[in-house]
Amino acid sequence: MKADNQPMLHVEEATKAFGGILALNRVSFDVHPGEILGIIGPNGSGKTTLVNCITGFVTMTSGKVFFKGKNITGKPAHKIADLGVTRTFQIMRPYFSLPAYKNLVIPLFSPRAKRTGGWRGGGKLGDRNTVGIDILEEIGFERDSFVPYKLASSLPTGYLKRLELARCLALKPEIILCDEVFSGLSMSEIASMVPLIERLQMDGITLIMIEHRLRELFRVAGRVMVLNFGEKLVEGTPEEVMANAKVKEAYFGSEEVEEVMTYA
Amino acid sequence: MNKTGGERRKERLDRGIKVRSDGIYALLSWRELGYLVLPRFVLIAGLLLLPIVVQSLYWQRVISNVCLYALLALSFDFLAHYVGLVSLGGALFIGTGAYIAALLNKQLGLSIILTIPIASVSGAAICTLLLLPCLPLRGVYFAIVSLMYPLAIKGIIEALNIFGGTDGIMGVDSFPNPWVERYFVITIVLLSLFGLRRLVNLDIGLVFRGVKDNDQAVRASGMSITYYKAVAVFIASTMGCLAGACLTHIYMFSGISLFGLDFSILPIAATVIGGGGTLAGPVIGCFILVPISELLREFGTLRTAFYAIILMAFIVFKSEGLMVYGQRKYHQFERWVKI
Repeated sequence: MKADNQPMLHVEEATKAFGGILALNRVSFDVHPGEILGIIGPNGSGKTTLVNCITGFVTMTSGKVFFKGKNITGKPAHKIADLGVTRTFQIMRPYFSLPAYKNLVIPLFSPRAKRTGGWRGGGKLGDRNTVGIDILEEIGFERDSFVPYKLASSLPTGYLKRLELARCLALKPEIILCDEVFSGLSMSEIASMVPLIERLQMDGITLIMIEHRLRELFRVAGRVMVLNFGEKLVEGTPEEVMANAKVKEAYFGSEEVEEVMTYA
Repeated sequence: MNKTGGERRKERLDRGIKVRSDGIYALLSWRELGYLVLPRFVLIAGLLLLPIVVQSLYWQRVISNVCLYALLALSFDFLAHYVGLVSLGGALFIGTGAYIAALLNKQLGLSIILTIPIASVSGAAICTLLLLPCLPLRGVYFAIVSLMYPLAIKGIIEALNIFGGTDGIMGVDSFPNPWVERYFVITIVLLSLFGLRRLVNLDIGLVFRGVKDNDQAVRASGMSITYYKAVAVFIASTMGCLAGACLTHIYMFSGISLFGLDFSILPIAATVIGGGGTLAGPVIGCFILVPISELLREFGTLRTAFYAIILMAFIVFKSEGLMVYGQRKYHQFERWVKI
């Protein structure tokens, strides 16, 4: 493996067994710097487990994960996040009792943000609140409205999904693993999220996106990997993947796929 | 809110947002400033005047007791409502602090000026180390484990007959005079109360609250939850051990009774009565509960029954706690209006 061609993330035969059930069965793939990799698959195919394994929230039964050539297998979750491998949660996990911008003070207090974010995570002024509001504005919270100051418990799903992304951005991440950022959103909310994802890519952040909204995913993802029953079916460009017979079989009967295939 | 056949109803209005926000805008007028300062002033002045107003020596000693329990209740409230650790370890903190202070004083002959700070810090370090393996536990599991520690230590001291065994350590130095004692504990309670209120709104305090709200998100933000829990336990046990060290110097005695269940249970009861998560509430709760339990001494064994009834009544009729209720009323105008 040459140093300049090193993948951002290299997963080698990731396997996870819950009792007798193989949630992940020898899944291997690479993610290259700056690309967006989509991961799709039917319900229960092991997508979220894969994210949990990579980010250390679940220990793998066997297999290895390398981040920039460095073995991060079995490291605790907070150490992996400290390296810049961040994730969002499918079920949003904000700090409900805090206002939205105070939600970002917590990641800005982390060792990584203190190292990378200037003056101990507080930017030029050393004030984490202002940096938090800046990040929220970047991610689509209107600065002059009262939305950033509302309690997270009173925010609608669209804003909570954005807040999840903002929590990752506060850490100045190298790679974000997005676990279904589009799910539960209305069409117009999704439409406003897509440019956001594109901008993250332009900022040089590598993304892994787990999605059920295939149409929107295929607009942004350069490469797509399909999981089924914990196994990797195929990997390739969106067109290649959707043309694959095995994928059609796995998704058999899904209207979404019919729709997307005509679109592709 | 209908009264007398629906002719009048009670109208509730929130006070202006400026004062409720506690923000800098309150500085704009004396009236709003006074509105904010008044409750704090009443609490501080009331506590400072209490030893002067109360004449009898017996009740003056009760004030010291109340303050020590208030420290424990503060540490319980902080851990339970700001870090998410329901700790029944009050007895552990008190006992550890008391024994260390007593041993330093009797064995090494250190003066009270040194024993109290050393016992607080080293006791807190010991308590934190003991609780460290249990920190990944949550909710009722942590509560059970933290309750086991004082029982276990009590058993060890009894069985091995160390540190004076069942007799305890007698003849520990007392405070130079009762006034020093009273004002020392009152100052500590006030400092802890306002210090904690400030702490939970600092950035590190937000991390503590984050651990309570959502520990997985804290992990995903690249922070070790065990580390922050340990820091919080250290802060809380410093207060507990400080109370223990004061206790041993006030009663000039340290024994296994200091690992008793009272020190774990009463702070929780005080928090329930005062209102959890308010920090000031548990202190007020102690000022109600401890004197009541003193008054009930005359009833002998019936004391526990009365005590239980009072607690149950509070839980059933005012489960939000006095402080939460009071705050709400203070922030609202109420008036009767014609329909």
